[in-house]
Amino acid sequence: MSDLLTLTSLDAHYGDFQALYGLDLSVSEGEVIAIIGANGAGKTTLMRSISGLLKNRAEAVHYRGQPIGAMRADQVAALGIALVPEGRQLFPSLSVEENLLIGGKTGRKGPWSLGAVYDLFPILQERRTQASTSLSGGQQQMVAIGRALMANPDLILFDEISLGLAPVIIRQIYEALPGIVGQGMTAMIVEQDITKALSVSSRVYCLQEGRVALEGRTDDVTHDQITAAYFGVEA
Amino acid sequence: MSGPTVSRSTRASRVAMIIGFVGLIVLIAAPWWAGRADLRLMGEIYLYLSLACLWNLMAGYAGLVSVGQQAYVGFGGYMLFALSIFGGLNPVVAILLGGVLAAIISVPVAALMFRLKGAYFAIGTWVMAEVFRLSFAQIQPLGGGSGTSLPVAIVKELGAKKAAREATSYWLALGAAVAVLLAVYLLLRSRRGLALTAIRDSEVAASGLGIDIWRTKLEVYVVTSAFTAIIGGLIFLQKLRISPDAAFSVNDWTAFVIFIVVIGGIGTLEGPIIGTLLFFALREVLADFGTIYLMVLGAVAIVVMLKAPKGVWGLIRERFDLELFPLSYRVRTKDD
Amino acid sequence: MIEWSGAIVQGVLLGGLYALFAAGLSLIFGVMRLVNIAHGDLIILAAYLGLSTTVMLGVHPFVALLIVMPVMAGIGYVLQRGVLNRTLGPDILPPLLVTFGLSVIIQNALLETYTADPRKLSGGAIDTASLDLGGITVGVLPLVTFGIAVAVIAGLQFVFYRTALGRGFRAVSDNQDIAQLMGLNKAHVFGVAMALALAVVAIAGVLLGMRTSFDPAIGGGRLIFGFEAVIIGGLGNLWGTLAGGVILGVAQTIGAKIDPGFQILAGHIAFLVVLAVRPNGLFPRVAH
Repeated sequence: MSDLLTLTSLDAHYGDFQALYGLDLSVSEGEVIAIIGANGAGKTTLMRSISGLLKNRAEAVHYRGQPIGAMRADQVAALGIALVPEGRQLFPSLSVEENLLIGGKTGRKGPWSLGAVYDLFPILQERRTQASTSLSGGQQQMVAIGRALMANPDLILFDEISLGLAPVIIRQIYEALPGIVGQGMTAMIVEQDITKALSVSSRVYCLQEGRVALEGRTDDVTHDQITAAYFGVEA
Repeated sequence: MSGPTVSRSTRASRVAMIIGFVGLIVLIAAPWWAGRADLRLMGEIYLYLSLACLWNLMAGYAGLVSVGQQAYVGFGGYMLFALSIFGGLNPVVAILLGGVLAAIISVPVAALMFRLKGAYFAIGTWVMAEVFRLSFAQIQPLGGGSGTSLPVAIVKELGAKKAAREATSYWLALGAAVAVLLAVYLLLRSRRGLALTAIRDSEVAASGLGIDIWRTKLEVYVVTSAFTAIIGGLIFLQKLRISPDAAFSVNDWTAFVIFIVVIGGIGTLEGPIIGTLLFFALREVLADFGTIYLMVLGAVAIVVMLKAPKGVWGLIRERFDLELFPLSYRVRTKDD
Repeated sequence: MIEWSGAIVQGVLLGGLYALFAAGLSLIFGVMRLVNIAHGDLIILAAYLGLSTTVMLGVHPFVALLIVMPVMAGIGYVLQRGVLNRTLGPDILPPLLVTFGLSVIIQNALLETYTADPRKLSGGAIDTASLDLGGITVGVLPLVTFGIAVAVIAGLQFVFYRTALGRGFRAVSDNQDIAQLMGLNKAHVFGVAMALALAVVAIAGVLLGMRTSFDPAIGGGRLIFGFEAVIIGGLGNLWGTLAGGVILGVAQTIGAKIDPGFQILAGHIAFLVVLAVRPNGLFPRVAH
């Protein structure tokens, strides 16, 4: 398997505050990677760094062998990396369908279209002309996922998809996930619900205070290892 | 004797104070050593310096970016003419009374303008200044749209001889500049000043500290407007002639003042001083080029805003850690 | 009575021109929260470009628009990407002061190039043609101006709410970061928005130049009229802006009817009254 995405000693800063310290990470094509860690461990910063919302050294992030660390988010998006941001972040001035359409702005070809997204989440078709703010939290999350899919990305990043949603909605969304990544898409899933994250992923990275505390195949890591890496205590 | 101490003054600020004091004495004596043209120019410099300090207080500290302060310059000028011609008041009394009237008028104006946020506040104040201009243009006893001159009898109250009048006018301008500088400095040093600095740094945090932002801004607006009107009165005491277009000129009383503050360094006390000196130096050099001079001024202001938003003083301060008007507290250890 | 209704009709038509002054202002504020102090001077620049085009090519001002509009749009794009994008951020001072500097530069560049003499664009027969509408005489040019204003606002409304471009405008306006994630380069989107705004400014400038004489100093006044129309109508509502322009125009013509010196003042007073009574304007955009 070839590396789709490689991070090499990635440092990330917000002003004077350093959020990531020399992070190394690699993702192969077709993998589903879970990123876990406590609040403030740097998970969202990692997503922002990959997607270009946070600028880095060009060489810190490679995608298909190309240095993309210093690119703008729109350039990264055009290369086929899409982010489902934490907290949905739909465009309030746009209707449901317009939110989806703007996801297709990059014009990349692939299996995902308005029709395919509506097949995945039929409720969105019923609500297509409504303002995105009028939807429930779960439906908004569907729009956010659909919006990212519309870009036909090769790598899709999910940041805290279950945060603030009802358990039944979370289950629905996780049930839809295999259908999404099954089409050859590579995915990174940031999640606080560790069990959920591990259930869909093949490999896991656990972050702690901006560093990788644990890395391994989902089947190989033990509960104790995760606890230790997550809380930073010797188990 | 050990441990760090906290103080505001620095060696540079103490030296600056001594130099300033000596310089002030030299400037007070100017009517005996300077020529008439120089005296006039220096008077103009003091008045622009005052306007710049006042605008800086309002925009740089209170966040009230007005492009309509010409309303108060013109108002002060017209009050001088109206109160001395029709009220028979001594010109200096008329100018001071004009300041009081401006303070009173500025309260309802602020109540209306403060409804506009940010840049819209800026244009709103411009509209207000236009209302002032058009209103004064309607007053026929003051010459309507074409304006009027200060009668000789009133001018003579400042001094029987021309030289004496010009000296008086000069001292008034100098006194006004010193008063404005001192007032702004003392205001910023006071509790009010701390509140203003807090507002400038973060409005949200300031209101969390229990600072009434609206009221603090109103106070600054009223005080600034009153002083601006007094300066306006002095400006037209120098000119001896007033018309709506000259009194309420956005270019003369706002554009130039903004350029002075931006180029010198907004949000600092030293900025307007440096800006005023640079402005007049540039004007003396490029005076013959007229419109080109104004274009250069506009371009310089844009470049400064983009490349060095803290202005010339910001650059100096960054390099040398200087502060001539000690406002910030410094912690120092004993061997500092 | 017929006199007064005449004044009102004139005012409504004048309002169309003010709505054109305001539309560009409203558009760029909506997309990037930028208030452009040089807006009025750009209107005057467009009028002068129209003048040069008509003189050099010997064409009608309406034909000159075919050149002035793309030129102004180009200026807008370059200005936005070269200068104005660098001023955008949480601090309102930089955009305000930079556009203020720009205003002084444009004004004096026009003064240097064209002198302070008042100029006018000649539209030929349309300048003096008039219609009789039930006893009220209406100039054809003001009528055409109003029609163009309605068409421009309908067009902008269409672009904003029915096209991919408008979708991009609204998305960037809502959330710049997330819009960037969708593949929208905000620097470019802002540039296009300014280009569109200045294309409208081009129309406004040429129509202004046909209606009255102009000189380099009158830009500030046009900015103020546009601004008043935006605030009266309510922020973020283009049709409201047209209504705001009409209210301003009617206030001015009625003021002028009372006393010619009272025209502009009456408009300002109408603006201040609206500000006092309805600080959010008469037709603020309802939140979704």
